[in-house]
Amino acid sequence: MPVQVRGEVLSVKRVGEYHEMTIVAPGIAEHARPGQFVTLAVGGTPTSMLTRRAFSIFRVAERGVYGGTVQVVFAVTGAGTAWLAARRAHDSLDVVGPLGRPFSLPRDPASATLVGGGYGAAPLIWLGEVLRRRGARVDFVLGASRETRLFGSLDAKRMATTVAITTEDGTVGVRGRVTDVLPTLMTRANADVVYACGPMPMLAEVTRIAADRGASVQVAVEESMACGIGVCMTCVLPVVGEDGVIRMVRSCVQGPVMDGTRVRWEDIGTVPEGTWGTAPVAGATSVRSGSR
Amino acid sequence: MAQMRVLPGQPDAAATAAVDLRTRLAGLALPNPVLTASGCAGAGRELHQFVDVASLGAVVTKSIMLAPRAGRATPRMVETPSGLLNSIGLQGPGLEEFLAHDLPWLVEHGARPVVSIAGESVEEYARLAARLRHAPGVAGVEVNISCPNVANRGLVFACRATDAATVVRAVRQNTAGSVPVLAKLSPDVTDIVEIAAACVAAGADGLSLINTLLGMVIDTTTMRPSLAGVTGGLSGPAIRPVAVRCVWQVHEAMPEVPILAMGGILTGSDALEMVLAGASAVSVGTAIFHDPGAPGRILAELAHALAGLGFARLVDAVGYAHRPPEPPPDAGAGSGTVTDAGADAPAEGSADVEAVTGPPQVRR
Ligand SMILES: Cc1cc2nc3c(=O)[nH]c(=O)nc-3n(C[C@H](O)[C@H](O)[C@H](O)COP(=O)(O)OP(=O)(O)OC[C@H]3O[C@@H](n4cnc5c(N)ncnc54)[C@H](O)[C@@H]3O)c2cc1C
Ligand SMILES: Cc1cc2nc3c(=O)[nH]c(=O)nc-3n(C[C@H](O)[C@H](O)[C@H](O)COP(=O)(O)O)c2cc1C
Ligand code: FES
Repeated sequence: MPVQVRGEVLSVKRVGEYHEMTIVAPGIAEHARPGQFVTLAVGGTPTSMLTRRAFSIFRVAERGVYGGTVQVVFAVTGAGTAWLAARRAHDSLDVVGPLGRPFSLPRDPASATLVGGGYGAAPLIWLGEVLRRRGARVDFVLGASRETRLFGSLDAKRMATTVAITTEDGTVGVRGRVTDVLPTLMTRANADVVYACGPMPMLAEVTRIAADRGASVQVAVEESMACGIGVCMTCVLPVVGEDGVIRMVRSCVQGPVMDGTRVRWEDIGTVPEGTWGTAPVAGATSVRSGSR
Repeated sequence: MAQMRVLPGQPDAAATAAVDLRTRLAGLALPNPVLTASGCAGAGRELHQFVDVASLGAVVTKSIMLAPRAGRATPRMVETPSGLLNSIGLQGPGLEEFLAHDLPWLVEHGARPVVSIAGESVEEYARLAARLRHAPGVAGVEVNISCPNVANRGLVFACRATDAATVVRAVRQNTAGSVPVLAKLSPDVTDIVEIAAACVAAGADGLSLINTLLGMVIDTTTMRPSLAGVTGGLSGPAIRPVAVRCVWQVHEAMPEVPILAMGGILTGSDALEMVLAGASAVSVGTAIFHDPGAPGRILAELAHALAGLGFARLVDAVGYAHRPPEPPPDAGAGSGTVTDAGADAPAEGSADVEAVTGPPQVRR
């Protein structure tokens, strides 16, 4: 169950183009699992930025010297993340978490391939450690546009059987994308399950590759969110249920981790025909004509 | 009894706790005046993790339609300065599922559910109300008339007095007499008082003011509208002055009609502003996205602010801003709860009051 706490920044440090922030946030670390996220209020009080910013949990420490801590890794992409990057030790932060559904872990020792794009590697490092402790084989594919946007490769190397690195500009590792090397790697590792976090197009492609090879695939999606707790219906995407029906599913509570094969990737940004709750009869109003 | 020093705006805990926050909303007795705004708290379940739904004045649920509804395509939201533009498109499970799962949950958890309904035709509103009539636990019905009327070229009901009145009449006729019907108005009209009067004449027991303002954002990188729905509803503190103006105008014209106010309430002082303008209760919407604990915090801040001004009862502050300025009301004139403690010998500078036994102090 998520809680809202007044956290305290312990440290903010630069890691390549990212910022790694450690926050003392009692009550969150204790219950968090890999794949879940926290939301942070940004801009101070009062603020003109009303929506909280969502970040995957990179790591937690249940009992630090100062109580439970939560770490996040973020890129500065706008005013909210710029404000966060300017926080210093002892600044206070309004934290809500842990939120969303975590990665589910294989029951038996399995071969798991973890695919991270950019800061998407953050939750996978923690997941990899948990999987290793459960006796799984762990292989990583980490990619980014350039070296300074690569995250977690040292941590990955410490625990994984193999680590493949790709950068689009070739500054480090194989020039190209994670999905270029994934098929070979999956075969070599005899992968049973693929876990992925990164940009949506990457997740779509990883899902296709994993499904083609008969592996199960869990992805952590990133949809724009307004509340992060399931009350506003902003963060939806079309997902096929076990009954075969497409629904507009809230990624903050029924995700961010989802079975990649159930997401209608090509239909994101639309309400596909036949989705539960679309007008079934001809002549009825289209989904775009409703009220606000 | 010890003398306690009470600074203006900083009442002691006992004074805050002593403020009587009970209010009435069109015959509906509420333990306190802080409610949730429709569409900003779902059906209470998720919010309950942060705020006990039973502790809220009432839970106003997401507008429900007869049939399940998928809503609009994404992006559905864009942040604006001190605001939020949304185009959700009333995604929801439909009335039957709401009655089977959501309403009973609210009742079980001790909440007072005010059910918001939305339709595309007068008949749909009437059927929603008729079906709710037999559902146990409905404390009130809020009619979201900011919906396009399919029979009238998609013109929003709330924008024409006759359309608004027709919907309200249909809902009132199909709702049990003991259950108040609140008409929720749109600020996007030429004369909100005219629409308000039409709704009251059609049987509305109270008015909810205001729904979102129609707005638009264009992404200057993609050079296209930011929302898939092109336009959306603007909410948050950016619209608060508009909401205060609407509450003020309607209360001035019809002081006897109870008002549930919403629009950018983020703090107890924002809530107080609405109360002073004429609201008997307030709904918290967008603030929940920013701070899921907002409803509880706002209630505590409101009590604190009321105590700081010397109000012993919330109801005495309703519409207070409409009263002629100084001199303050005589102690004997009103209900006696807002008193000028220093009528004979003004307490100069010092704001010492005797806690509990002493009369409330009005400071302004
Ligand atoms: C579940 C989840 C996990 C995430 N994990 C991380 C992470 O570990 N590291 C990281 O750097 N970023 C992460 N993001 C993205 C991060 O939330 C955005 O980069 C951030 O909100 C941008 O805020 P801003 O004020 O700098 O940007 P602005 O563009 O000014 O933000 C404006 C609005 O758009 C929303 N928004 C903008 N970009 C995104 C985005 N990519 N995803 C969702 N909402 C967005 C903001 O929340 C805000 O409401 C995650 C997003 C989600 C949904
Ligand atoms: C995401 C979102 C969804 C909303 N959905 C509804 C709705 O279903 N029915 C309704 O009457 N109002 C709806 N509203 C309007 C709010 O109830 C409220 O009137 C408005 O947002 C102003 O209050 P606020 O600034 O506190 O949010 C919605 C607002 C938002 C932001
Ligand atoms: S972000 Fe509000 S429902 Fe998911």
